[in-house]
Amino acid sequence: MFADYTWSELGSIFAMQGFAGLVLFSVFVLMALGLAIIFGQMGVINMAHGEFMILGAYVTYMCSNFFQSAAPALMPISFFVAMVLAFFASGALGMLVEMGLIRFLYKRPLDTLLATWGLSLILQQTYRTIFGAREVGVTLPDWMMGSLPLTDLVEIPINGLIVMAITLSITVAVAIVMFRSRFGAQVRAVVQNRQMAGAVGIDTEKVDRFTFGLGCGIAGVAGSAFTMIGSTGPSSGQLYIVDTFLVVVFGGATSLIGTVASAFTISQAQSTMEFFLSGSMAKVLTLLTVVGILMLRPQGLFVLKVRR
Amino acid sequence: MKTNDKGAAPRSMLRRKLMIGSAALALSLAMAPRPGLAQSPPTSEVNTTGLAVTDDTVTVGILHSITGTMAISETGSVQAEKLAIEQINEMGGVLGRKIEYIQEDGASDWPTFAEKAKKLLVQDKVAAVFGCWTSASRKAVLPVFEQYNGMLYYPTFYEGLEESPNVIYTGQEATQQIIAGLNWVAEEKGAETFYLLGSDYIWPRTSNKIARKHIEDKLGLKVVGEEYYPLGHTQFNSVINKIKLRKPDVIYAIVVGGSNVAFYKQLKAAGIDMTQEKPIVMTISVTEDEIRGIGGENIEGAYATMKYFQSLENENNQEFVSAFKAMWGEDMVIGDVTQAAYLGPWLWKAAVEKAGSFDIDKVREASPGIELTTAPEGYVRIHENHHLWSKTRVGHAKADGQYEVVYETTDLMEPDPFPEGYQ
Repeated sequence: MFADYTWSELGSIFAMQGFAGLVLFSVFVLMALGLAIIFGQMGVINMAHGEFMILGAYVTYMCSNFFQSAAPALMPISFFVAMVLAFFASGALGMLVEMGLIRFLYKRPLDTLLATWGLSLILQQTYRTIFGAREVGVTLPDWMMGSLPLTDLVEIPINGLIVMAITLSITVAVAIVMFRSRFGAQVRAVVQNRQMAGAVGIDTEKVDRFTFGLGCGIAGVAGSAFTMIGSTGPSSGQLYIVDTFLVVVFGGATSLIGTVASAFTISQAQSTMEFFLSGSMAKVLTLLTVVGILMLRPQGLFVLKVRR
Repeated sequence: MKTNDKGAAPRSMLRRKLMIGSAALALSLAMAPRPGLAQSPPTSEVNTTGLAVTDDTVTVGILHSITGTMAISETGSVQAEKLAIEQINEMGGVLGRKIEYIQEDGASDWPTFAEKAKKLLVQDKVAAVFGCWTSASRKAVLPVFEQYNGMLYYPTFYEGLEESPNVIYTGQEATQQIIAGLNWVAEEKGAETFYLLGSDYIWPRTSNKIARKHIEDKLGLKVVGEEYYPLGHTQFNSVINKIKLRKPDVIYAIVVGGSNVAFYKQLKAAGIDMTQEKPIVMTISVTEDEIRGIGGENIEGAYATMKYFQSLENENNQEFVSAFKAMWGEDMVIGDVTQAAYLGPWLWKAAVEKAGSFDIDKVREASPGIELTTAPEGYVRIHENHHLWSKTRVGHAKADGQYEVVYETTDLMEPDPFPEGYQ
């Protein structure tokens, strides 16, 4: 298998594949984080997660158009402005959805699956009506496209680095919010014992609303980041939803650390296998592995101990 | 394809009816004084099978996805078909009858396509249907068209291996599209090694099979890799690394849908500069429509082989492009399939006029040999096998999202849906 390559080529293979695996890992974490918060902390199966991501992507699209025509000089930073706006747009929509739809379904978690699936169809058709059925091309600042050549063979894609940086900052931010802030303590209290949390004066409805909004907001940021590597169209969100659920379920739904660990396992397995096998076979093997492990550990990799 | 048990019985009955009909027609022609030439002939003469034809209108169907994932691709076809119908009506219609259309939404769902096709044929009795985009939707409606004897004008370039009496294929089949491009890249660019890549379904796989046979057997060159990714795949870093190691002269990519955008963005980000001599990126799946989503700056320098590009310089095309933009907006782009969809109503009109009848069987009989000199792509002619003779061009992608035509076959390429030696 390696006979055709020289040693230096082999070194390059491992360097490049390692980096590709890390980028894929970042992408998975970014996709799954918002869903993991909503699914893990609230037990809501949000099938419209992909559509919240695409809302972020469309915000980025509008933002980059605006900067191009109104303030071309600020173009290099337009992307980061867009990302912040995407967070608030998706977050706000998320809170509205929570108020109008989700909060009536907390007692019937499986129904949230159908309700949010319906929501995803409504959102898709809304995007289609507003932005047209065709994919839109998001113009990115020039400095974000291209690569840093290290050697002849090894080149580091800049957008890969940016995705990694974004993922790292978002993960750290979420960790701080969930484990160091007052809001995080309230969220965890509600997850562990809703009635008791209510009894000590936590407004559980408000906590639910903000948790859902936070999850959706992070989806928006992810969507914004993915304009660098993928397409922006009314149904592009569907491209991510399966992988996202895979990562969350595999990691153990209630554990954020589990989400990170599972993203790492799946991404490394997939990118290694993609190199040695064809793309479709790699996907099949990845899914088989995940199914196999879930049969042994149905609760996922990590489980939060919660008194039921 | 021609054998369809369910379809056989009703059709032979229909044929009997038709024979009676044509006998009646001959009789009436002999007895009645001939109406003024090209003025609308009486409905009883031009419609003996109960189609939706009145004294001054004829109804056709448009069947595309306007919702769901395929809406992105099919919108252009719907627009082109409506434009053609409007232009034909301005010229006085077909056999003196204005065309009216009933539009149905296939909703990107193949069973829905079949259901709507049945509705158009059985309930609405349309004289022709312009529609379908993916091979899957065409395969789904095919039994319906064969059973109820309808006529479908199908616009997309596709994998071939099909020839139905009830379909006119206005796009190119795989060999027409692929062979000329490979010859060109081998002769003009001196390419010797190829890396084949595609989305994992029938069209890219069949097309790459043809490409591989042609590269290895006919050109005597080398394929250094062949690879498929699931539809909707968004991470191409691994395959790009593989491509970098194999250093092919040509990356032959048949990636479709949302994956397309991811593939070209990541290719560029990985430092593969398509504006350089090598590697050459060649595709048969990216029209101007797709470039809008990919972004011209991300695909600049790639080559595409198709029969039509918006930038083609001839009078027909200039008129077509300006009419299209006048009707649908200045910012519209027109890709290969959109143009092929535009041909549908015109080819049908020509066949109906040649047959002097809207009857499906007569239109079918009249179709081979029909030529269109007003086609935006230049000149096309319907082959016996219901595909079109057409030229194949190579386009060079520019940053503004348009292709510059760098090569055009001197002769029309013969459609060959069942190519010998390529299967």
